[in-house]
Amino acid sequence: MTDDTAAPDRSDPREGPPQEGDPRRDRYAAITSEITGIPLHYPHRRNWWILFACSLMLLTLFVVSATVLFARGVGVWGNNIPVNWGLAISNYVWFLGIGHAGTLISALLLLLNEHWRNSLNRFAEAMTLFAVVCAGLYPILHLGRPWLFYWMAPYPNTMEIWPQFQSPLAWDFFAVLTYLTVSVLFWYIGIVPDLAAVRDRSKKRRQQVLYGLFALGWRGSARHWQRWRQSYTLVAAIAVPLVVSVHSEISLLFAAGPIPGWHSTVFPPYFVLGAAFSGFAVVSMIAVCLRHALGLYDLVTPRHLDLLGKLTLATGLMTAYGYFAEIFDVLYANEHQEVATLYDRFGGDYAWSYWGAVIANFVPLQLLWLRSVRRSPVGLFLIGLSVGIGMWFERYMLLVTSLYRDYLVSSWGPYHASFWEWSLYAGMLGVFMVPFLLFVRFLPVISAFEVKEALFEDTVEARDA
Amino acid sequence: MREPSPHTEVFGILGEFEKAEALFEAVGKARDAGYRRIEAFSPFPIEALDEALGIEDRRVAWMTLVGGIVGGLLGYGMQVYTNLDFPILIDGRAHTPPEAFMLITFEMTVLFAVLFSIGTMLALNRLPRLHHPLFGVDSFHLASSDKFFLLIYGDDPRFERGAAERFLIGLDCVRVDTVGHTEEPE
Repeated sequence: MTDDTAAPDRSDPREGPPQEGDPRRDRYAAITSEITGIPLHYPHRRNWWILFACSLMLLTLFVVSATVLFARGVGVWGNNIPVNWGLAISNYVWFLGIGHAGTLISALLLLLNEHWRNSLNRFAEAMTLFAVVCAGLYPILHLGRPWLFYWMAPYPNTMEIWPQFQSPLAWDFFAVLTYLTVSVLFWYIGIVPDLAAVRDRSKKRRQQVLYGLFALGWRGSARHWQRWRQSYTLVAAIAVPLVVSVHSEISLLFAAGPIPGWHSTVFPPYFVLGAAFSGFAVVSMIAVCLRHALGLYDLVTPRHLDLLGKLTLATGLMTAYGYFAEIFDVLYANEHQEVATLYDRFGGDYAWSYWGAVIANFVPLQLLWLRSVRRSPVGLFLIGLSVGIGMWFERYMLLVTSLYRDYLVSSWGPYHASFWEWSLYAGMLGVFMVPFLLFVRFLPVISAFEVKEALFEDTVEARDA
Repeated sequence: MREPSPHTEVFGILGEFEKAEALFEAVGKARDAGYRRIEAFSPFPIEALDEALGIEDRRVAWMTLVGGIVGGLLGYGMQVYTNLDFPILIDGRAHTPPEAFMLITFEMTVLFAVLFSIGTMLALNRLPRLHHPLFGVDSFHLASSDKFFLLIYGDDPRFERGAAERFLIGLDCVRVDTVGHTEEPE
């Protein structure tokens, strides 16, 4: 799968006229200036400002919602007993799941030496970072006394007690913190050589200093590259099982508890695949938007969209298998309460969330069997959006339908998210969008040096063949 | 590789090449000519360049392994220690069940392996280092775009300024620069 994309299509009409000299070398310079030119001379500033202003409003909404929550306590939410995990935890799982696709695209495809990854990995990883930040904020906000969140860490204290290491809640703390740290570092060492390229292209003093600081003085020495390559590949190799472990652990928050609809061994793979599914869908949406907004048509080609469509379809079908496996498990085991929960999902008060998930996740998805739909930006964007919403329904459904009617009939009760939960969710989208837009505006969104490396390797291979 | 001290005449002589292949060839010829303290610069990693320069440094990989082992032991040890330090007896269950400790052990293994890996990479590369004599060369900014460079350090045992310049000009080189020191001798 290395035929045409890592090396952008030379016949693309948007590209300038061919220049003299070695054509490949001119491509290196053209790729560098196309990618590093975006932070230095950003196109369409007005559109960016409009989007940024909207995102800032959402961020303000987040600050207001969090302030109300802190001032008045979690009582402003609709959480109750029995449904003590509401929107906060379902959104936590949703955001974290989206984040996983960035790591998978970047690390897994690096290890498989798929060159087409190079046009996608940088912004997919940035998406991971900000999605993990959003996810990480939710459990902290959900704590009744969020300022005591550090009690999760094992530190010597005057109470002489330790966290309960046999609880998935303690595992969660370690998993998410490790994942955040590894994602930040993997993204950062991947961007350093490109920051050096931006530093070398910038003319203004302020830009030179800022990019120079973060480029760490990178100068592309062969010895540096050799060690960098070892470290980058090893971190990628470690990041792939990390993703699997993190989302499996999230699923254990549910599966380890004796709750009907949760207590099942299918949960870890079901969650990991659902996470990758929702994440690939969101990466597709972002790829379509960035390609259009920044005119990156020769770097993010229809072939990239095609491959993203295939990934979304494949993980989507695996997730669908999880739905079947879950139903089969319940009916085969024929345990009274589990069956009751299953029927609650099909026809209970929250059936809309079950059928919403099934329809939004899997019905439009089938269009991705068609090559023309996969290569169509609008089609792929709409299907991605549908999957994003569908997976949100799924997380909500898994949480609420299991909790609102468990074993003890006397404690059955409904759950409705309050205004402040919805406003926090909308605000959290601002928490995601604001840093992402800053990333798009000020940093190289595509890995220029890896695109050039792939171009070089392809020409060497072509010549050897 | 240690850099020349400010006592040498110049920091080095830098040749600029249009193509990666020209750089490989130049590296080979420089080694044949007896130059040992040389360094190549490219806009992207090139494996063939490592072979040409004869670099083989596996320390980053080894330190990643060390980090993983340290993290794993630390993670497991922490859980065993805290559970024995404040034992909670529930239903006669074990105080230190390995199954329950595996996830955090794995996470700590990953965390320390990654920290050691990246830390070692930066330390061995002597980064961050915001200033470097090469940044004083006008065309060196192209090393991050599309040009390839070969540097002969000023403290190479065979280094002689005029000869090194002539040697580089004799290769398929588009430009030769003298890299001066940025520090005064102490």
